[in-house]
Amino acid sequence: MREVAVVAFTQSEHSGEDQGLLETEILAPVIGEIKERTGLTRFGFTCSGSCDYLQGAPFAFVSALDTVGAWPPISESHVEMDGAWALYEAWVKLQIGEIDTALVYGFGKSTQNDIRAIFTQQHDPYYLAPLGVDNVSLAALQARAYMDESGVKEDDLRAVAARSRAAGRGNPFALDLPDPADGAGYDVAPLREHDVAPLTDGAAAIVLAAGDKARELCERPAWITGIDHRVEPHSPGARDLTRSESTRIAGEKAGAAGVEIAELYAQFSHEELILREALGLGDDVTVNPSGGALAANPLMAGGLIRIGEAASRIHDGTAARTLGHASSGPCLQQNLVCVMSGEK
Amino acid sequence: MPSDVNHVVEFPGGYTRSVGPVIGRFLSELRDGRLVGVRTSEGRVLVPPTEYDPDTGDDVTGEFVEVGPVGTVTTWSWVAHPAKEHPFDRPFAWALIRPDGADTALVHALDLGVFDAGAEPPKTLKTGMRVRPKWRAERTGTIGDIECFLPEVTMINPQAKLEFRLSGGRALRRYLEGISQGRIFGNRCPVCEAVIVPMKETCPRDGVPMTEEVELPDVGTVTTFAVNNIPDPRAPAVPFVSGYVLLDGAGVTMLTLIAGVPADQIRMGQRVRAAWKPREEWDASVGNIKWFEPIDEPDVPFDEIKDYL
Repeated sequence: MREVAVVAFTQSEHSGEDQGLLETEILAPVIGEIKERTGLTRFGFTCSGSCDYLQGAPFAFVSALDTVGAWPPISESHVEMDGAWALYEAWVKLQIGEIDTALVYGFGKSTQNDIRAIFTQQHDPYYLAPLGVDNVSLAALQARAYMDESGVKEDDLRAVAARSRAAGRGNPFALDLPDPADGAGYDVAPLREHDVAPLTDGAAAIVLAAGDKARELCERPAWITGIDHRVEPHSPGARDLTRSESTRIAGEKAGAAGVEIAELYAQFSHEELILREALGLGDDVTVNPSGGALAANPLMAGGLIRIGEAASRIHDGTAARTLGHASSGPCLQQNLVCVMSGEK
Repeated sequence: MPSDVNHVVEFPGGYTRSVGPVIGRFLSELRDGRLVGVRTSEGRVLVPPTEYDPDTGDDVTGEFVEVGPVGTVTTWSWVAHPAKEHPFDRPFAWALIRPDGADTALVHALDLGVFDAGAEPPKTLKTGMRVRPKWRAERTGTIGDIECFLPEVTMINPQAKLEFRLSGGRALRRYLEGISQGRIFGNRCPVCEAVIVPMKETCPRDGVPMTEEVELPDVGTVTTFAVNNIPDPRAPAVPFVSGYVLLDGAGVTMLTLIAGVPADQIRMGQRVRAAWKPREEWDASVGNIKWFEPIDEPDVPFDEIKDYL
């Protein structure tokens, strides 16, 4: 295995309201900043994660390449998913050994569309999409199943939301959200408004580098010691929604045991509890010091940000071993775990 | 999302898809009003069917099994504010429903009746509840051929009404005659000498005809009482108190409402007086007395009422 590390991470100041910017205009400063930070203007590989449905235009991701600069021609790829999966692709490319650096980015704008209706279209076209069942309704099904099984109460979910929002207020990039209100109403019961990640516009970028190139670019690289991605059946009714077997296996394969900080891409309060159990995170592990997705959820960048935030704790020396997690699909269908270490 | 939509993505006329033999069979059966699953080589029954076993990825068998249509809710969510894509424009539930005979569950809407927008999830919505599909009259072979699921019938509420022409008999007629004039009559047993109120033709203890009529005051003592938390059309509010009152001079207690003070201030031994309706509303009915209310007199010691509980 080649030594590959996260050497730089940048993100936008995320917004819960439409700032009147195109997705590329949100992204451009983030790319500009990471180029400046690393001193690199060219990368061995460029890979992005986004979703054309967010702006309702085919090949919308192509216009984002303007921010990268594609002349002379570059080696580029795109995943119609969270940027965390673009990072995985870049990591694989680095493992092949022909390149030493990769630029990875993700971006999404949620305030210009009806995101729940869009998520409904990602479901299978036979059984789920025609019903009009949206991602929040499905997440609430999972929350109910998990609460029935585990005995977790609505107040436990509220505590997750309160902690996330408080942490988010200390994060200059996250939204400034108040503590969960007394008597907050249900969104889709049993999930209340604060249990659901806020609409957010934003972007993020990461630079990966291999071996000595990483040491040259970063004083304390966040070496990727394990990365794994697992997927479960699409149909929620064919799964045990009370646990996340895909996260458990991905965590085991990536070596999640012994991390000090975990950034989990939980878009709903109950998901954090399911993910903690799946990864075997004890009370000694700090979860989502950034506030997580419940404090800012730029779609298609949210998972990449978790990896970036986890890497930052190694860059700044606050932790030796951290974990970033990303998720996709209804009810935590797909899960990616990336474990990083300050020592190689 | 801003309300001024200025960009729409749509496939005019829809998007034609072939469904293949497995999903096609399920949808065809659905059109005929049947729910079927497909069996995997390991013997599990998948509903809704997929071409592969989600556990192993192997092809499923060609065996289709009729399931349900009754099923069990394995989990639910409650939509208090439906979106325009949703199947109802009023609150409803989504549920995962495992049809009897199936090993997996399908997602569908569950109709629990009419609720105002924003309503909290109803108490009847429970994991484990039994539901069955409501079929559309016109079916086309889509998941929407099931309009929604409905709870199994577990209770009925047949209405019963019988009509009678009752007369109260001599003693009751005389009693009601008194009540219609604002007076309370009892009668005394010639054997045990107890005063029975309301009046009776014979003494319930000695079985002998009553001979002496006695007028009683509308003042008495609470012997015992109960606090009721279920609404009653005759009671002023919830909680309300029903109690036994021993009228002064009576030998038996009367069951009545006790009101005029908060329920937690009513005591055994408390002195009470009848609260009569306004005189113009009187008729020959015990309803002339609305209830009894406490009066400002010392409580009666327990020993004096202990035989009347």
